[in-house]
Amino acid sequence: MNETTQAHPEYNYKVVRQFSVMTVIWGIVGMLVGVLLAAQLIWPELNFDTPWLTYSRLRPLHTNAVIFAFGGCALFATSYYIVQRTCQTALFSDKLAAFTFWGWQAVIVLAAITLPLGLTSSKEYAELEWPIDILITLVWVAYAINFFGTLVIRKTSHIYVANWFLGAFILTVAVLHIANSMVVPVSFFKSYSIYAGAVDAMMQWWYGHNAVGFFLTAGFLGMMYYFVPKQAGRPVYSYRLSVVHFWALIALYIWAGPHHLHYTALPDWTQSLGMVMSVILFVPSWGGMINGIMTLSGAWHKLRTDPILRFLIVSLSFYGMSTFEGPMMAIKTVNALSHYTDWTIGHVHSGALGWVAMISIGSIYHLIPVLFAQPRMYSTKLINIHFWLTTIGVVLYIVAMWISGVMQGLMWRAVNTDGTLTYSFIESIEASKPFYFVRFIGGCFVVTGMFLMAYNCYRTIRAPKNSLQAEAQPA
Amino acid sequence: MDAVTINVIWTVAIFVIFVAIVLWAYSKRNKKGFEEAANLVFDDDKSAQDKAQQNKRESSSNE
Repeated sequence: MNETTQAHPEYNYKVVRQFSVMTVIWGIVGMLVGVLLAAQLIWPELNFDTPWLTYSRLRPLHTNAVIFAFGGCALFATSYYIVQRTCQTALFSDKLAAFTFWGWQAVIVLAAITLPLGLTSSKEYAELEWPIDILITLVWVAYAINFFGTLVIRKTSHIYVANWFLGAFILTVAVLHIANSMVVPVSFFKSYSIYAGAVDAMMQWWYGHNAVGFFLTAGFLGMMYYFVPKQAGRPVYSYRLSVVHFWALIALYIWAGPHHLHYTALPDWTQSLGMVMSVILFVPSWGGMINGIMTLSGAWHKLRTDPILRFLIVSLSFYGMSTFEGPMMAIKTVNALSHYTDWTIGHVHSGALGWVAMISIGSIYHLIPVLFAQPRMYSTKLINIHFWLTTIGVVLYIVAMWISGVMQGLMWRAVNTDGTLTYSFIESIEASKPFYFVRFIGGCFVVTGMFLMAYNCYRTIRAPKNSLQAEAQPA
Repeated sequence: MDAVTINVIWTVAIFVIFVAIVLWAYSKRNKKGFEEAANLVFDDDKSAQDKAQQNKRESSSNE
C-alpha cells in the first residue's frame, strides 16, 4: 500500500480504492445470483429443495446486491473521487469515510444473511428489516456529512455539475429511505409499515421509483458528467444544458412513482398525474443523454481505440433507449399490456445492465489505474472483450424479455367470443420458456465479462511498478 | 384558500422558477463562469502534475 498512497498525497484515495474493488466483487456476486435465478426459472430443481435457495428469497438478494452493493459501492467510490478532484481538496473526514465503507459492507453482509433466511419487510427494494434500516440511515448520514462537508471546504469557486447530481442523489435517498422505512417493530426481526392500504402502496412506489430516479439515475449521471469528459479529454458538450438538465430532472422524477400502480386501488387522478409526469420526464432524460454523447463531437475517432470510452458512450445509448421506453410504458394503455409481464423485467435490465452497470464498469476501468498509480489497465484487449460480452449479453437479455413480455401480455388479454380466456396462465409460461433460456445465456455473457474485469483489475493492481507502459496515443 | 388554489399557485410558481433557471443558465453574463466550471474536470490534473509526473495516462488523454 505504500507506493500507492503516494499516488496523490493530499486526496483520500484509500476509501475510493476500497469501494472500487468491492464494486467489482459485489458486481460478480449480485450478477451470479441473477444468473442462478434465471436458471431456476428454466430448471426449478435448482433450488435443491432448500428454503433459503428458493426464487422468492434469492430474488430480493439479487436486487439488493446489484443495486445497493454493486451500484452503491460504485457510487460511493466515484462520488468520493469526483468530489475531491473537482473541489481540489481532500475529504472532509477520513474517519467518516472509513465508517461509511465498513458500515455499508456490514449492511450488505447482513442483507446476504437475512434475505435468504426469509426475513423481509416485503417492500420491493426496501426489503431489509428495521435494525438494518437504522444502520443504513447512520451510514447515509455520515456519507451526507462527508460529501457536503467536502463541498463546503472546497478550494474552487464553482461546484462542478457532477456534484450537484451526486448531492441530489444523497439528499433524496436519505429522505426516501427514512420515509418509506417508517415501521412499528414487533420483534427484532419483524415490523409492520405505519402506512396502510393504498397509502402504503403509494409510499412504496414513491420510494421505489425514486430509488430508480435518484439512486440509479441522478447518482450515475454525476458519474457520467465527470468520467465522460475526462475519458474523452474534452469538457462536457454544454454546461448550460447540464444546469437545466439537473433542475428539470430532479423536479420531475419525484412525481413519477404512481405509474407503478396503474389500474390499482390508487386514486385515478394520481395514476394520471404519475403518467403525465413520467411522459414529460423523457425530455430532461434525453437532454442529459445528448449532452453526454455530444461531448464526443469532434473526437468520435477515440471510440475506435478506447474501449473504456465505448463503455461510457454505449451506456448512454442504453440510457436513452430505456428512458424512451419508460415513459412509453408509463402510459396507461401501454401499461395495460406491459404490466406484470417480462417486458418490465427487460426494461429494468436495459437500464440496470445497459446504463448503470456499463457506466460503472467504464468508470472503474478509468479509476483503477489512477488509484493504484499505474499508467493504464493491465490489458486493453480484455476490456474490449468485456465490452462486447456485456453488450451482446444485454441485447440478448432485453430482446428475449421484450418478445416474452409482449407475448405474455397478448396471451393474458386474449378472450374467446363467449368472453372466456383463450389461454390458461400455464400456457403463457410454457410459451416463455425458450426466451428464459436466451435470457440465461445473456446473463452468462455479462457475468463472464465481470470475471474478466476482476482478473484485469487484479493484474493491474498487482503489476510491478513501471511494468505497464502508457500506450502511444494514436494521431 | 382551498387545496386547488394552492395547487394552482404552486404549479405556476414552479413553472416561473423553471423559466428563470433556463434564462439564468443561458444568459450571456454567466457564460464565462460556466465555461470555467466545465473545465474543472481537467484542472485537477495541474496540481497533481506539479507534485509528481505520475499521471501519464491522464495527461496523454488530454492530447
